[in-house]
Amino acid sequence: MTNNDIHATAESELPASAPKSTKKEKQLYTVTFFYNWCKSCGLCSAFCTKKIILKDDTGKPYIEDMDSCTGCRFCEIHCPDFAITIKNRHPVRRSTDGDR
Amino acid sequence: MLERAEIIRKEYLRHDKKFPHVWCPGCGNGIVMGALLRGIHGLQLSKDDIVLTSGIGCSGRMPTYIDFNTIHTTHGRALTFSTGIKLAKPELTVIAVMGDGDATAIGGNHFIHAARRNINLTAIIINNSTYGMTGGQYSPTTPFGSKSTTSVYGHVEHAFSIAELAVTAGASFVARGTVYHAVHLEEIIQQAIMTRGFSVVEVISNCHVQHGRRNKLGGAVEMITSYKENAVMIGKAAKMSPEELEGKFTIGILANVKKPVSSEQYQRVIAEARQNAEKIASEKETNGVKRYEE
Repeated sequence: MTNNDIHATAESELPASAPKSTKKEKQLYTVTFFYNWCKSCGLCSAFCTKKIILKDDTGKPYIEDMDSCTGCRFCEIHCPDFAITIKNRHPVRRSTDGDR
Repeated sequence: MLERAEIIRKEYLRHDKKFPHVWCPGCGNGIVMGALLRGIHGLQLSKDDIVLTSGIGCSGRMPTYIDFNTIHTTHGRALTFSTGIKLAKPELTVIAVMGDGDATAIGGNHFIHAARRNINLTAIIINNSTYGMTGGQYSPTTPFGSKSTTSVYGHVEHAFSIAELAVTAGASFVARGTVYHAVHLEEIIQQAIMTRGFSVVEVISNCHVQHGRRNKLGGAVEMITSYKENAVMIGKAAKMSPEELEGKFTIGILANVKKPVSSEQYQRVIAEARQNAEKIASEKETNGVKRYEE
């Protein structure tokens, strides 16, 4: 019976914490450009589904709003020069004050 | 853990060759190369078991950059060299990368006869509708009426359809993809490699520097977007009317037939001929012995 009791208490406590725990955390990504191989063809910025890849004065791509990346990898597989890598990124959980 | 893109860059490319590669910015050859490498990585084939051959042209530069057993052959003869390699070492996976002019003009006869013989090879034909490396002359796949260095007033001849030619010539597996549909391309390349028999993958690619510029098709982005708009999957194309298909092309698997493979049949012939020769030799030996005894 003790098991049931624990179960019951766990369930009763659940609603308070439910909104946070059930909400799936958004997966973040890091897009890295390997500028030595990039030829500024503009395919990545033209076909980006979120339009977050911008071009600088020389045509090289850069991203300001990295959190908007959905990780579709369109730019990675369509880069003719093998210059884009996309990696999963974990959010920084506490302030580290540059100790990392 | 390394990402797939990093593994491909670190393990499959030859970093002692000059990178970035020679192809123009935005060229589809790089996308095809990426799809080929991802396909082979997905199949988990050993690098030592793969032979990559190429002819001459922009696509001919591809084996230079990839760390397989590679051979850069003469113009149009990628398939003949591949046939030789396959017959000598049947256990290897042989892939030939060719351009449209390389495969259908200079090596046109080799191409149709490789398809007729049904040798266990994979041919990846990058079709950019022009001879890009030599300055934009018209090729067998240049569309009717389009301009090139050698057809300034519009091309007067009609174009080949490489995939349909391969189907008619008797290839086991024929598929067509574009550089826009890179994931689909990766899948059909994987299927082509796994198919026993001659498998052809035609890839519609962009040459915005020669073909696109002369015909005002725009840059790399505009040309690749046009493939997105004009490519129709073959299943969907069957339900569409000829009017709707005007100016469009089909992609997907056009043929997948099981047939006896000539390179395997050739091994059988070798084995039978050897047995026969041994039998004749042993008969001669016994006859000789008999005569000696008499």
